[in-house]
Amino acid sequence: MSVKHALLALLEQQPMYGYQLRAEFEQRTGTTWPLNVGQVYTTLTRLERDGLAFADGEDGEGHVIYRITDAGRDEVATWFTTPVGRTQPPRDELAIKLALAVTVPGVDVGTVIQQQRSATMAALQDYTRLKRQAAAGAVPDAGADDGSGGADLAWSLVLDSLVFAAEAEIRWLDHCESRLRRAAAGGVGRRNARLDEEAPARGAR
Amino acid sequence: MNPVLKLTDVTRIHGEAPHEVLALRGISFEAHPGELVAVMGPSGSGKSTLLTIAGGLDRPTAGSVTVEGTDLAGLGQHGRARMRRTSIGYVFQGFNLIPALTAAENVALPRELDGVAPRRARAEARKALEEVGIADLADRFPDDMSGGQQQRVAIARAVVGERRLILADEPTGALDTETGEGILQLLRARCDAGAAGVLVTHEARHAAWADRVVFLRDGVVVDETGADRVDVLTGPGAR
Repeated sequence: MSVKHALLALLEQQPMYGYQLRAEFEQRTGTTWPLNVGQVYTTLTRLERDGLAFADGEDGEGHVIYRITDAGRDEVATWFTTPVGRTQPPRDELAIKLALAVTVPGVDVGTVIQQQRSATMAALQDYTRLKRQAAAGAVPDAGADDGSGGADLAWSLVLDSLVFAAEAEIRWLDHCESRLRRAAAGGVGRRNARLDEEAPARGAR
Repeated sequence: MNPVLKLTDVTRIHGEAPHEVLALRGISFEAHPGELVAVMGPSGSGKSTLLTIAGGLDRPTAGSVTVEGTDLAGLGQHGRARMRRTSIGYVFQGFNLIPALTAAENVALPRELDGVAPRRARAEARKALEEVGIADLADRFPDDMSGGQQQRVAIARAVVGERRLILADEPTGALDTETGEGILQLLRARCDAGAAGVLVTHEARHAAWADRVVFLRDGVVVDETGADRVDVLTGPGAR
């Protein structure tokens, strides 16, 4: 995740100090990807080094206020107009785990799948609960351009992203399971044989 | 708290040996007041059988089903039919509204069948339609409504008369994502208001609205999430 670009984009809205940036970031993304304030200041130092932002004095309480430069604005514009790269898919621990589970002898793949499905389902229930809370807490005209409504929308979109990802993972697990079962049944469509195979897997749980 | 729905060691066998099919194999399952439980599983896992048995539309080969403390087996056919009209609300994927009746008449029907005076039944129906957000469509016929509106009527029909057990079989099946979410919101609200709900679905995002998600495979509960009530997993199928 590009902390650098996220902070620059926030600075484009208005000059801010470190804590403020973190708060604004979390208002939009929830605590999904928590930022520690040290990370924020390290990033600000690098932005300053690269000429994308600069420290522009202090406010009344001694906070150093950062302001974006023209080069910084260009950088943000480029970030927004460039698709996130997919040339190198992020390493997916679950896909790797299953790929190994089906090849390493003695692993109960059915149980691996079911445990993951339950865990992902529990996460999906949590996200859905958060969405409901967000919807219940939102003022009716949350779309209004007062900043806070925009942050509500941002947060709910982030939640949607988590929902879609969890949903995709569950669908993929369902798919893996049915393919494994088909493979185990040897394509002979023997319903009872399939039922019998399931029994030991349950006993193992 | 006593469960609204309780299935104990329920087995359902379709057909006869040697061609018998075990749809459910010793399932124990409960739904409590205020709780929405989702049942997930691939086709053939037994989830629809579970729902029809819970609703008294089908009978178990073995085991017992109680709704609000009453054993359905002890009721006989008339008693079960009465139970379905007064305690159990059913929501189907295909809405199952009567095309020749208006929305309000569809919703009032189970109450009238139960002997409630037409005036009162109609008033209850209007209140139920109001609760699902379509009071203004009370005099429309099903064919003049969208799928989402028809499903809202079906939900109003399922909850009219303060029924406390709502059984929903893929209620969002034919609806687009946003309309489907609205339907789930309604089911959720009914459960938050004290009803017990059982939702059969193969969509994870819909199951996620539930307090508990139960996974069925080959007629057996293989796992569940949101296990605040671990005691629900009491049957032999649970381990």
